[in-house]
Amino acid sequence: MKLKDIIDTLELQVMTPGLNLDTEVTGGYASDLLSDVIGHAKEGFVWITFQVHLNIIAVASLKGLAAIILVNSRALDEATLKRAIAEGIPIITSPLPAFEVVGRLYTLGLRCP
Amino acid sequence: MTGGADEGVYFITGKDFTNAGAASSSLKKLLEDRGVPADIVRRFSIAAFEAEMNAIIYAVAGMMRYSITRDMVKVTLQDMGPGIPDISLAMTEGYSTAPDYIREMGFGSGMGLPNIKKNVDHMTITSVVGEGTTLEFDIALSPSP
Repeated sequence: MKLKDIIDTLELQVMTPGLNLDTEVTGGYASDLLSDVIGHAKEGFVWITFQVHLNIIAVASLKGLAAIILVNSRALDEATLKRAIAEGIPIITSPLPAFEVVGRLYTLGLRCP
Repeated sequence: MTGGADEGVYFITGKDFTNAGAASSSLKKLLEDRGVPADIVRRFSIAAFEAEMNAIIYAVAGMMRYSITRDMVKVTLQDMGPGIPDISLAMTEGYSTAPDYIREMGFGSGMGLPNIKKNVDHMTITSVVGEGTTLEFDIALSPSP
């Protein structure tokens, strides 16, 4: 499933202009603990989180994640957005809480293989 | 794989969350540029990032030395931190001494050291309370015979 199809279907908002959204998404992982994500998320996953500080970009970049999906309309500061664009990590937000976002992604067929 | 021996050092400043992950990211790129297989790079990145974050979270400062040869990548992270009184307790999954504000950032879940151990071939920790901790790990770069 392509990232842009997920964005369109779930009506998510892209915060990082200019990044490639044609990436193939291989699965999803939801967690607010960085070590948990580092240990268990896989390359090509979308990461659903409430965390918005700068280090989420480092984690996503290190793991080769397809995108970070922020829940509850969490907002990022300018420095974090700039880092995300520089590292090529799309940041996407949803007004919905994590439970709803994960549920919809699961319905679309996304799993955590 | 290409490239001869390579070594260097990164200096890490405690609580510098702005640059957190910078050393691990550039080491990851170094390995990728040498043509190291992706699964080995992945294991290395996890270990290096966790080690770097530990120094940033707990220590005043740290030195992250690395050496890369044809067969192996080795990292030694020596920090000026509080030291670890009980290393086997620190190795227990879920055990953490991180303060609340660190936990609120999503760190301090007590999975850092276990994550490192899981992904490297050898790991040693020596620590003196009040002086600091030295963490050393290595990963073979060629698939085992």
